[in-house]
This record gives sequence, structure tokens and C-alpha cells, in this order.
Amino acid sequence: MSEQTAEVRLRVNGIPYLREIPVRRTLCDVLRMDLELTGTHVGCEHGVCGACTILLDGEPVRSCLLLGVTVDGHDITTVEGLTEDDGRLSPVQQAFVDCHGLQCGFCTPGFLTTISSFIEENPEPTEEEAREAVSGNLCRCTGYQNIVASVLRAAEIARERSSETTEEVSTR
Amino acid sequence: MTTRSMGEPVKRVEDPRLVTGKGRYVDDIGDARTLHAAFVRSPHARALIRDIDPFEAYEVEGVVGVFTWDDLEGALAEPLPVLIPHPDLTHARTGYPLAKDRVNHVGEPVAMVVATDRYVAEDAAGLVRVDYDVLEPVVGIEKSAAATLLVHDDVPGNVAAVSTQSYGDAAAAVAAAPHRLTFEWDIERSACMPMEGKGVHAKWDSDEERLTLWTSTQTSTGVRGAVSAKLGLELTQVDVITPDVGGGFGVKIVHPWPEELMVPWAAIRLNRPVKWTEDRREHFVSSAHERAQLLTVGVGFDDDGKVLGLEVDILHDHGAYIPYGLIVPINSSTQLLGPYHPGAYRVTFTSLYTNTVIVTPYRGAGRPQGVYAMERTMDRIAQYLGKDRMAVREANFIQPDEFPVDFGLMFQDGRPLRYDSGNYPEMAEKLKSLIDWDDFEQTRASAAAEGRKLGIGVGFYVEGTGPGPYEGGHVQVLTSGKVKVSTGLTSQGQGHQTAFAQVVADELGVPFEDVVVTTGDTRRFGYSVGTFASRGAVMSGNAVALAARKVRERALAVASDALEVDVEDLELVDGKVRVKGDPSSEIPLGTVAVLSNPLRYAFDEASKAATQFAGTTDFSKPPVEPGGKPGLDDSDYYSPAYSTFAAGAHAAIVETDPETAEIKILKYAVVHDCGKIINPRIVEGQIHGGVAQGVAGALYEIMAYDEAGQLTNASFMDFLMPYASEVPHGIEIDHLETPSTLNPLGVKGAGEAGVIPTSAVIASAIEDAERMPIVRMPISPSELFDLRRRPREVEPLVNTMPGGAVATWIDPRSVADATSQNPTTTDVPANSRAKKESE
Repeated sequence: MSEQTAEVRLRVNGIPYLREIPVRRTLCDVLRMDLELTGTHVGCEHGVCGACTILLDGEPVRSCLLLGVTVDGHDITTVEGLTEDDGRLSPVQQAFVDCHGLQCGFCTPGFLTTISSFIEENPEPTEEEAREAVSGNLCRCTGYQNIVASVLRAAEIARERSSETTEEVSTR
Repeated sequence: MTTRSMGEPVKRVEDPRLVTGKGRYVDDIGDARTLHAAFVRSPHARALIRDIDPFEAYEVEGVVGVFTWDDLEGALAEPLPVLIPHPDLTHARTGYPLAKDRVNHVGEPVAMVVATDRYVAEDAAGLVRVDYDVLEPVVGIEKSAAATLLVHDDVPGNVAAVSTQSYGDAAAAVAAAPHRLTFEWDIERSACMPMEGKGVHAKWDSDEERLTLWTSTQTSTGVRGAVSAKLGLELTQVDVITPDVGGGFGVKIVHPWPEELMVPWAAIRLNRPVKWTEDRREHFVSSAHERAQLLTVGVGFDDDGKVLGLEVDILHDHGAYIPYGLIVPINSSTQLLGPYHPGAYRVTFTSLYTNTVIVTPYRGAGRPQGVYAMERTMDRIAQYLGKDRMAVREANFIQPDEFPVDFGLMFQDGRPLRYDSGNYPEMAEKLKSLIDWDDFEQTRASAAAEGRKLGIGVGFYVEGTGPGPYEGGHVQVLTSGKVKVSTGLTSQGQGHQTAFAQVVADELGVPFEDVVVTTGDTRRFGYSVGTFASRGAVMSGNAVALAARKVRERALAVASDALEVDVEDLELVDGKVRVKGDPSSEIPLGTVAVLSNPLRYAFDEASKAATQFAGTTDFSKPPVEPGGKPGLDDSDYYSPAYSTFAAGAHAAIVETDPETAEIKILKYAVVHDCGKIINPRIVEGQIHGGVAQGVAGALYEIMAYDEAGQLTNASFMDFLMPYASEVPHGIEIDHLETPSTLNPLGVKGAGEAGVIPTSAVIASAIEDAERMPIVRMPISPSELFDLRRRPREVEPLVNTMPGGAVATWIDPRSVADATSQNPTTTDVPANSRAKKESE
């Protein structure tokens, strides 16, 4: 029996892709195998650890729980797409570097995408809210202390950057 | 001056790559030509294999090969190596790369399928028909010890090893002591559970006859040695590269895993790259677990609580095979002593086979169990005497002026258990102030007034870190002035690239940013042992420091010739060799590198200076002096006579819900001494992670085997690995720096520190809150709930003491409150379990 395939169109990190993929291939495998975007990691394959979290039309989802063919026509952001257009690290990426928010780095992409979406919704989180926001992702290295700190720092950097932009606009 | 880098919380150089998705883990390697392996694993805990029929699997489109033990030849068809032999390991048994004629645990590999795609390989694996003759398995320490069934027919009593160590006459010392107590402590299984499982990718170059193997390991040189031996290749035909590794915590030090042999074997046989990535369920049932032990303690002590004699018997469950030898129970039995030096000591461990996944080191490696037994014994002594738990520990501490302390025991490195340095009393003082120990009764009372139950717990440990035999380092200054460093041990998130760069930057006097470190690549450094036992900073840190010192010496010698200045008048600062007191007279280190390598051919502007007509030649000497070498690079090795002993003390305040028995950690404090600190940011990160794993082991994680040997919680849905919501919200850390006396940098290891005393601390705190004995760890709210309601159903402790007499559980506060100091007059709560004997 040969593998059944289907054509999907995806926009990933702003780039359009057209691929013929096996219909049973999970989205994380499509990203990793077909698009060679290996920044998205697979930790449990049943939606519990959150390492494979990507943004689907801006919302965090577990890419191991979706089939690639079901997201035909959608917009996806992976960890590779978080970096700012000018090449700077995004506020969340920078915060993880500043706060030692990662050790082995395997779970990190899932945290980065989750937190990116969270601080957009909640630009001034409390520590409790920050902890709650990352409480669906597993990390075995950090004990989460510096990840929670990274969420708060990321929100701070995002606020700093947005006020810089506002100032630039207003001085023109 | 170059800014000193060592001791500074330098940001990690690894991170910009890892936060942008540019990490390169094993599963990220490969292309369309790569074949994918999947393994058929035993669904039974104990069974004979009658027949394997791969026919249907072969029929699946895309399948390239299906292999069983019958396909293996030579050394590969023999059992896997016993990695760490020991004279007491009299009955060592190991598995095969693929099961030969029987299986001994669920998850044991039986056949390998190789296909064009992992999905296809798994389809086909499901079609391999294995006919089993299912046998009753041996599950659990009690069933193994009973030995009515044998895991291996030729291993009587299921016993792989019985090992005793002692100093003094412990039995006599206990018998003669004014007070004696005996307890049994019970610790469940857990596992390392890195977020990235294992993975192997092999590429065979048939023209060069050379194998390149990427594996998610903690020892690339170990894997290289094992693969070359098992596949019949010369060591020089095999390169093992450890790319980014998504956590290890011990499980990846075991080697060769069956897959580490089968994948390269298939790559050679099929002449195609082959890869295998472990999935989560595979990791649960076919990697390794740890922790499970039953420890029986008999202790004799005086009126101050000073331990005069200590006898310990350990039953250790090592699973179906014992490839990693006795390291875990040796650690338990020697590191149990912690910061104390009992008058006499005897420990005996029995290492038992069961039909479960193998047991090999998990962060802490046997120490959490030993420390649990010792620290809880200290708690009980305090309780019995009506003394403060900290005071009893203080009465037993080794004092700072007693170092070095040689116990007359043998440590896990085969060398004497000999503490080099430490300051345990100061550590206790720091901990008391960090956790507000002396004010706790007030805190407890005010909480009690609100109907809340609080308890405080404490635990100390000493950890032998940086065991040998050795690690090496290579340091090379390029003509650009950049410095390339390599060391053989591997990295799994410890920030080695940052920490070792800090060390070399300081030794060479170059900016930290100019130093680039490679680890775990046999092409760069072929001699190494591996990353385990908190040894990275101690072993490779010192090795790269020593190598850098040689390079520094050579740089100064070359510059001295070039500048015509005495070596004594030169200094290395900011990547330049400078004449002291004359900053205008300097020569960049990159130029020194050019001059250090006499050239015939110039390949760029800089290299012209080193050619034969450049006018820099001293005709009185040959271009390379006898005994000298060209180039500004060198290697060196660090090989210690003894491990260095780090230490720490933890304390926690917990709250237990009077109704639901929910257990909440309100405060967690750590005082930590790893000698000189290279990077405090990294050390604190290691402590955070260790404490989280400790809390996991204390409150959440078990391996729930049923009687049939099925692991019933083999998924992240059922195995309760803590999220951010379950770990302490904030860990207070204070450092103590007692330099190691054994190594040039004065460092001790830090990697495992956080996890070691945590179970003891949490149990101590729960016991203190509940005033009822907590023996078994981990403990869940429902178990605590049941203990409260049905305490009598809990099995009483075994009294192994000679002439065992009255045994009661004493509430410490009722003793303290009692005007009479005779404990037998105090009220005995209904939930009595501990036994005591008073003379």
C-alpha cells in the first residue's frame, strides 16, 4: 500500500510553501522534515510537554497534535520566525538570554512561542500570571525559576522597545 | 587589564543560537537519503522467544531491512559490555543489542526495522510477529529478595553483588551506645527524563571506510570505543560527534545502548545513512531508571546525639541487567555519611535483579537515597532526645580543622573516600539565617492560629565530585588571535562552552568573546571519559586551564624572542603580549601565533612575517628547536588522585492542608559550596534545576509497575513531571566558597547538588508539620491523606537491633515540654511506627 499524500499551502514565518505531504504526517514533522525548520522540537508526541508549540494564526498550538494537511492555507510562526526583521532577538528571545532561561535548549522553542503570544495579550503580567502562562510547558533543566523571570523581563523589553518606537515616530 | 572573567555571571554563549532555532540536536541531522530505524520491543516483562517472523514487515513498501539477533555476528552477537567491573559484582548479566532467546523487561529491543521513513518503519515494526512463551516476572525489591523466581536462571537469589564496607566495629559501637534506634527507609523509582530522548545518526563512508556517528550521549569517546570494539572497526575509523543534547541527567552516560550499535551496523550494512530517534514511550520503557532502594538503619548515639555507631543495610533494585556496575549503591553507601563522621560504620548493599528497566545513575546517582537515610536518622535522633534537629547535626559535623578526612572506605572512583575541604558549621549558620530557623516556632504558631499547619525540614549532604581518571584540553591560538579550545567531555546544557571559555580567557589574558569551545567531538579531542558525577568543571575546567598555561608560556617565549625582552618583563593582557610598564611595546597574540610557526610559504599578509626571508630569523637556532613544536597550541590533562568533595545544606518550610492533605512548599533555601565558582549564574541554574528534580522525587514521580511488569504510567500524561506550578516559587540561595585543595582552579562540582537532599528535606518538613512518621518517598497528597486516616495499616518498621525493646513514636514538642526528660513517660500518638530503645 502506498502512502496517501495531499498538497498543502502554508505560510511559515512569512514565507509561502507548497508541499506534497503524506496525509498522516503531523505538523511538527512537516515543519521539521518537509520544510527543514528543525527549531521546533518534539518532546512527547502527545501534547503534554509543549516543546513543539508553534503559533497558528498567532495562537499557540501543539504541532504534534495536528496533522499537516489540516492547516492548509494557514499562517504559522515557528521559533525561527520570532527574530525581529532587523535581525535583533525578539524580546522573549533576549529575555531568555539575559535571565539564563534555558540550559539544554530543547524545550525552549515551545516556551518562546507560548510566551510571545502571552505577552502580546498581557503586556504587564504579574509574577503569578507569568508562572501560570508557562505552566503548560515542561522543562527538565531550569526548575522554571529563570523561565518565570524571563517572562517578566520579556514583557519589560517589549514595553521598552514599543516606547522607543513611539518616541521615534513622535520625533519625526 | 583584561576584565577577569572567572567568578562573573557571564551570559552564556550557547544561547543566541539556541533561542533562534539554530540548535542542532541529533534528530535535526540528516537528509532525504537517510533511512529511519524503529525497534520492535518486548511487550512482556519475562518471556522466552520461540520465533520471530518478519515476513509481513518485509512486504511493507519502503522497508529496507528487518533484523534480529540471528543477523548479528562476532562481538555484536555477544552480550553488551559490563562497563564498570567490580570484585563484588560476582553475577553481572547484560542484555544483547537485540534479544537473543529471551526478554527480561518490557521495552527490551527484539528486532530492528529500517525503512525510508519513520512512519513506515513503525508500521512495519508492528507487523513483525514475535511468538513469546510468557513467564511470571520478578517485580519489586521484596519479590526479588524472596528469590522464589529467578530473573536469570544462573544467578542465585537474584543477587548480582553483595558488598560490605566498614571502619571500626559498628555492631559493637551500636550495642555499647547509651541510645539505640532502628528504622527502615523506602525510596521509589524515578528517572532522568531529559526532554530530548536518546538518538543516533550514523553515516558510513565506504570510500574512506570511515564511520561518523552522531549520538545524544554523555560520552562520545566511550561510545567510540564501544562501537569500534563491537563492530570490528579500528578506533581511527570511527568519529563520534555529540551535537546539542537536550538534557542527560545520567541516562546518557550508559553506553553503548543497543541502538548505538544497531544503527551504525545497519548504516554500514546498507551503505546508507541511518537514524533513530527515541520516542517518549520508548524512553520510559527502554532507557534507564533509578532511586529504588530499601535502607535499614541501626544507630547508636550519646546524650548529645553524637553518632557512635551506624549500621546500614541497603537492598538495591538494579533492574533486568547491570551494565553500569555498582556505582549507584556505592554512592548510596559511602555518601550516606554526608558531613558527619560516625564513631564506627558498617554498610552492606545487596544489588538485586528484577524484570524491569535497568537502573543506572540519575542526577545524584544513589546519593539522594543515602542522604535520605542519614538525614532522617538525624531527625529521629533529635526527636528521641528532644533536641533541635540542627543541634544534633552540629554535634556530628566534621570540623573545619579536621580536613583532609580519610574514612578508610573506597569511593565510587576506586580510590579512598577522602574529603579535601569543607566548612559545615558555617554552612549550617548560613542556612539557619536564610530560612529563619530560629524564628520558625513563631511562624508556626501564627500560622496555627489561622488553622494552618506548617513544618520545617533540613538536610545536609556531601558530594564527591570530579572523579577521574582524567580529562584533557587542547588550546590553540589562531593567527587571527581567536582562541579555539576543545575538550573531550560532552555538554547537555551545563554551559560548558561559556564556563571553559571563561577559564581560558583568564589564563591567556584574552577577551572572553575571542574564545570558542568545542566539546564531545572525537575529531577534535580523542581522549576523554565523559560528563557525569558533577565532573565537567573540575575535570575539563582544570584541563583547559593547564593547557592554556602551557600556551601562555610558549606565547611569552616567542614574544620574548620577537621583542628581545626577557620573559619576566612581559605580560599577556587583552589579547596582546606587552612589555610591563611600556604599553607602547606590544605584540598581538595573533602575531605571536604567526611567529610560532616557521613557514616556507606565505598564504596571507600576516603569515609573511614567519617566512624564511622575512628577516626575523635567529641563525644560531634551528627554526623549531629540539623538543619544541611549531604553532601556538598545546594540550594538557588533569588527573586527580582523589575526588573533590562539594557540600550543601537545604531547608524547606511546607504547609499541609488539614483537609485535603495538599502539600505546598512555602519556602526553599539552599546553601551551596562548590569551591571557587566559575560562573554563579550557571551554578544557580544548576541548583534550580536540581531542586526541581528533587521536589519531583519527593512529591510526584514514581515508576508505577504492576505485578506483570508493565509500566503503567509510561507517558508524560501519567508520570507527574512538575510544571512551573509545582516547583517552589523562588529558591533562596547562598554560596560558601571553600576552595578544593586538589586542583589548580580550586573548584568542586555543582551539577547534581540541587537534587541530593531534597527528599530528606521535604520528608523532614512534612513529618514536622504532621507529627507523624514519614518513611516512604515520594509522598502524594492522597498518600498523606491515607496515612492520616489509616496509620495503623502502615507496616511497622523492622527492628534489626539486638535485644530490641519498646519502640514508640515521640512527638518532639511533647518531649521538650515535658518536665521529665524520660521519653517513656510521654504520650504516644496512635500512629506509632518508629521503634526506640533506651537504656
